[in-house]
Amino acid sequence: MRLIAAMSGGVDSAVAAARAVDQGHEVIGVHLALSSNPQKYRSGARGCCTVEDSHDARRAADVVGIPFYIWDMAEEFHEGVVENFLSEYAAGRTPNPCLRCNEKIKFAAVLDRARAMGFDGVVTGHYARTRQSPSGKTLHRAVDISKDQSYVLSVLTVEQIEGAYFPLGDTEKIDIRKEAAERGLSVANKPDSHDICFVPSGDNAGWLHERLGSEVGPIVDQEGKEIGKHKGAYTYTIGQRKGLGLSVPTEDGSPRFVLKIEPKTNTVVVGARADLAIRTMYGEKPVWCGPAVALTPTEGFVQIRAHGQPLPCTYYLDGDKLVATLAAPLLGLATGQAMVIYDGDRVVGSATVCETLA
Amino acid sequence: MSVYLDHAATTPMVEPALVAMNQQLRKLGNPSSLHTPGRSARKDIEQSRESLAKVVGCIPSEIIFTGSGTESDNTALKGLFWKGRKEGKNLVLISAIEHHAILDPAQWLQEHEGAQVIEIPVDSNGVVEIEALDTLLSQRADEVAVISVMHANNETGAIQPIAAIVQAANEYSIPVHSDAVQSFGKVGLNFAELGLTAMSLSGHKIGGPLGIGVLVLKRGLELPALLHGGGQEREIRSGTLNAPAIVALSAAAECSIPVEEIQQLRQLLENGIKQAVPDAYINSTGEKLPGIVNATYPGTESDTLLLLLDAEGIAASTGSACSAGVQRPSHVLLAMGHNEKSARSSLRFSIGTSTTRAEIERVLEVLPVVIERARAANLR
Ligand SMILES: Cc1ncc(COP(=O)(O)O)c(C=O)c1O
Repeated sequence: MRLIAAMSGGVDSAVAAARAVDQGHEVIGVHLALSSNPQKYRSGARGCCTVEDSHDARRAADVVGIPFYIWDMAEEFHEGVVENFLSEYAAGRTPNPCLRCNEKIKFAAVLDRARAMGFDGVVTGHYARTRQSPSGKTLHRAVDISKDQSYVLSVLTVEQIEGAYFPLGDTEKIDIRKEAAERGLSVANKPDSHDICFVPSGDNAGWLHERLGSEVGPIVDQEGKEIGKHKGAYTYTIGQRKGLGLSVPTEDGSPRFVLKIEPKTNTVVVGARADLAIRTMYGEKPVWCGPAVALTPTEGFVQIRAHGQPLPCTYYLDGDKLVATLAAPLLGLATGQAMVIYDGDRVVGSATVCETLA
Repeated sequence: MSVYLDHAATTPMVEPALVAMNQQLRKLGNPSSLHTPGRSARKDIEQSRESLAKVVGCIPSEIIFTGSGTESDNTALKGLFWKGRKEGKNLVLISAIEHHAILDPAQWLQEHEGAQVIEIPVDSNGVVEIEALDTLLSQRADEVAVISVMHANNETGAIQPIAAIVQAANEYSIPVHSDAVQSFGKVGLNFAELGLTAMSLSGHKIGGPLGIGVLVLKRGLELPALLHGGGQEREIRSGTLNAPAIVALSAAAECSIPVEEIQQLRQLLENGIKQAVPDAYINSTGEKLPGIVNATYPGTESDTLLLLLDAEGIAASTGSACSAGVQRPSHVLLAMGHNEKSARSSLRFSIGTSTTRAEIERVLEVLPVVIERARAANLR
């Protein structure tokens, strides 16, 4: 097959490209320039898309022995990922930009472009697996559960999964580093990137503050009584306990937690730990990574964080919403996060949490 | 079949240059040394200087060897600016289509040295508007430290009205520098006849080696140096003279480039492009360099075209990229009136001495499919 390998300049995508070549595919390496004003160097383990990263990607392609180009996706990235991130926060939700990037950039803009140019698909260094099944290609967890990235890939449609190649899914990360070293890839020991790549400082709240401004607003209890002031609603997350700066203690001295963020009134609602508990979550704009979910409840698992635990649940479709009812209550779930349904290690689909019920 | 159509970026060394360079690499002696081997190396350099002077129409002492075209441009522009500034002049006039080797030092002079840079506009053919220069000079001539306009543009090939610019500048005794890196060897170029104060050349665009440039600088003119040291080249450029590159450059300059053949191949390519892609158009249709074909293919993106052509073994150019390697819309095409989109849909083929008819035919054979795919891949 003819494949485009998306090469970030990190160790994973370098080995993924090399493995695709070994499997006999014709591979072309592409580094996605996602920032129109890239920083020169990486700072620590944060960020990507620096000039240094594009250089590392080029050197990896040289070592693998494949052609290499840079694709400017800065505009698409800004519109599809950065602006979405901002507007979600402004609306009081907690978005996952990596998921949006896979949905809008890597397996949309890049895959579409690759296909139009006569390529069959896109190779990435994601830790996930695909399998052939009678109904088509399906998406599964990686062998290395600690590195599993199926969560952030759960936004891919069947069509997109058809064109996705994940050569690393069957290997432990530690072995990928060894393999990189054996292959003579200089990125073998390069630190993994963490956090959000377009927030190079790692200071999300500060970054958001610069762009969204921040307006002081009330912190209220569940009865609506004001018990403090916050410094900008979006700097808080559901379930947060520290940094609330509340001066009015609870009667029994128990700590308070952020229960809700109401962007329209710029209000943060706090309450007891027990009030965080939810049992049912509703998700909008569901995407199926295989056959669509049925209207009748099905037993399975739901995961609500990239590296969270899969939680036993029953799930079903209610109108255009995906619903999951948990076997045991969960403390704290922010809207905007992705709820990803698993059937064993297979990703069934995902949706964006829009409502929760106790 | 691999097809190289990026000769304006760099072109293979010609055989006489390879031979001369090889021989010189084996020779011993620092040309600044006073002993016999030193004098021998010096002799080889001076012979090269003399033959090069004949080729470009200057006197030998006007030739300053540098490390590249870029260094020649920097030395000339900064030097002439600093000289002018001593007389209270701080205006730098350049064309809007200069190579980055002029654009960036001009920008630097503005940011760090108190210069004011004004870009002279070009018309839709990519030729400097001499009236705009006249107007500027009639208002602010006494502030102008230096005028720098390239002899021919590297992206479109458009030849610039240097003689007219020099004439206009002479009325006010303003020094004129011209970056003639692309013109060298391909069109008539005579320093004395043009009446220039300074002119830049580069080795690797004419079949000479990389890493050798020439600054032709009017006799008797002193300029502040960029590189200080042994004072080798008129105290303007220090550094042990690169004898192997210098003799090879001079050998290459002695070989004439087959301009007629190149021009015919260009015609073949231009006609073929118009036939294969009816809505494509050629950028710069006036007087231009023999080997450059810059065309716009509506509905495509040049980096996609480059990738697809490369996959077919065809090397072309999309102009300059930023430090991260991201393609930028060409400032040259923008200056000619393109919008960002059409500038991003443009690609340069450049033909050189070694180009064959079969290479051009191969390009025309794959072009329709490449354009079709590139259009399908264009998401914007
Ligand atoms: C017009 C022009 N000026 C200057 C240069 C720079 O020359 P060099 O590569 O020798 O530094 C080039 C070559 O890229 C050029 O085309």
